Amino acid sequence: MMMKVIVLSPWDLALAALLIVALAGLSFHLRIGSEGALLVSAARSTAQLLLIGVVLKVLFANGHPVWVGLLASVMLVVAGREVMVRQKRRFVGWWGFGVGTLSMFVSSFAVSMLALLLVIGSEPWYAPQYAIPLLGMILGNTMNGISLGLDRLTQDAAHKRQIIESRLALGHDWRRAISDSRREAMRVGMIPIINAMSAAGIVSLPGMMTGQILAGTPPVEAVKYQILVMFLIAGGTGFGTMVAVSLAARRLFDERQRLRLDRLSPPAS
Amino acid sequence: MASLRIDQLATRHVGPIDLSIGAAECLCIQGASGSGKTLLLRAIADLDLHRGEVYLDGASCSSLPAPAWRRSVSLVVAESQWWSAEVGEHFEQGVDADWLERLGLPEAAMGWELSRCSTGERQRLALLRTLMQAPAVLLLDEPTGNLDQESTRRVEAVLAEYRLQRQAALLWVSHDAAQVKRVAQRSFTLDHGRLLENLG
Repeated sequence: MMMKVIVLSPWDLALAALLIVALAGLSFHLRIGSEGALLVSAARSTAQLLLIGVVLKVLFANGHPVWVGLLASVMLVVAGREVMVRQKRRFVGWWGFGVGTLSMFVSSFAVSMLALLLVIGSEPWYAPQYAIPLLGMILGNTMNGISLGLDRLTQDAAHKRQIIESRLALGHDWRRAISDSRREAMRVGMIPIINAMSAAGIVSLPGMMTGQILAGTPPVEAVKYQILVMFLIAGGTGFGTMVAVSLAARRLFDERQRLRLDRLSPPAS
Repeated sequence: MASLRIDQLATRHVGPIDLSIGAAECLCIQGASGSGKTLLLRAIADLDLHRGEVYLDGASCSSLPAPAWRRSVSLVVAESQWWSAEVGEHFEQGVDADWLERLGLPEAAMGWELSRCSTGERQRLALLRTLMQAPAVLLLDEPTGNLDQESTRRVEAVLAEYRLQRQAALLWVSHDAAQVKRVAQRSFTLDHGRLLENLG
């Protein structure tokens, strides 16, 4: 049933790399100024992907749960850092890293385990061929949702400080006082995945499915996996964003329900 | 009956301050811009970090849940804030038509869009919004700051009646010396974080 995979040679990749070089040359010629960043990011992605390829090769050969767990932890920490640096106004101290990382851990890991144990049923359930790519896709998307949601929440709270404090002064509890900003932040965090699901298959062929088809999987099988992944991503992103925004909203108030914007760093310029 | 006692209250560059306001008493605070009048009111409403304690009829602020405290000891900020599109959506307990009229506003005001209200209309509506919750203590930050003379007198009259009817305690920040003479039983000046009584 499986078609034969057409193996790419380094020469094939070098041809594709010419595109990047040509683009960088044009950027230099037109003084757009992106050629440096373009070349560095292309080099970075080549190195990072080659590295993860080697790591996965070793991991697939020796699927000990400790190594799978270690790689999953590294992915989580890097994603948590990414969420943190994307915030214009992040929480000071450990909360800056902790809010995003904890919510990603709760949602991405729970959703991945659910999929591995109940849907895919690989043997053993932590088999790295399934666990790592799945977690990677869910984590990457959840990271986007959470960083968008958190960024909106903290900026909105700072922007609407007077309104929120007026509501507190009227005796509203903190949940009510921040409810509008919280709802908006959760909505914003879920926009990308909702848009992706709406456009999937009509406007865009999702990358995972395209990759599988190029690698020789029959389209209908690839589509089934893509639908599964979309739903898992939506669940991970949605629940993760809700957890992160709820935690952050709570953290914006102290035990006397005062709005504590001093717990956020000053806006980065 | 409501009396407020402030005990060694300190917040940022203000205080420590000791002060008592009796039931049905109106006490005014004057002071230059930046002297900390607003900070003092915010600390009493427990909206800012502070040291010291405030008591309402003997019950301390820290012994009550914060929302309950702020419903009893209500701050009315200088620049009114609104979160919904329509005026009426901010009045959960409905509105007293009599007070509305005495503040110079028609009954139809509840259906107004906030974006079409003048600053003065919004200021009076915000005051009424707080009065409808029947607080025991009112912390008023220049409640007539954006009002013309007629509206100012209306607000003063409504607040005087509220004070006597409910035996409420009022702490009123005002820039207007003539207004202080009209409304206050006692008045103070806040200067370099210290509260000095104006005598005579």
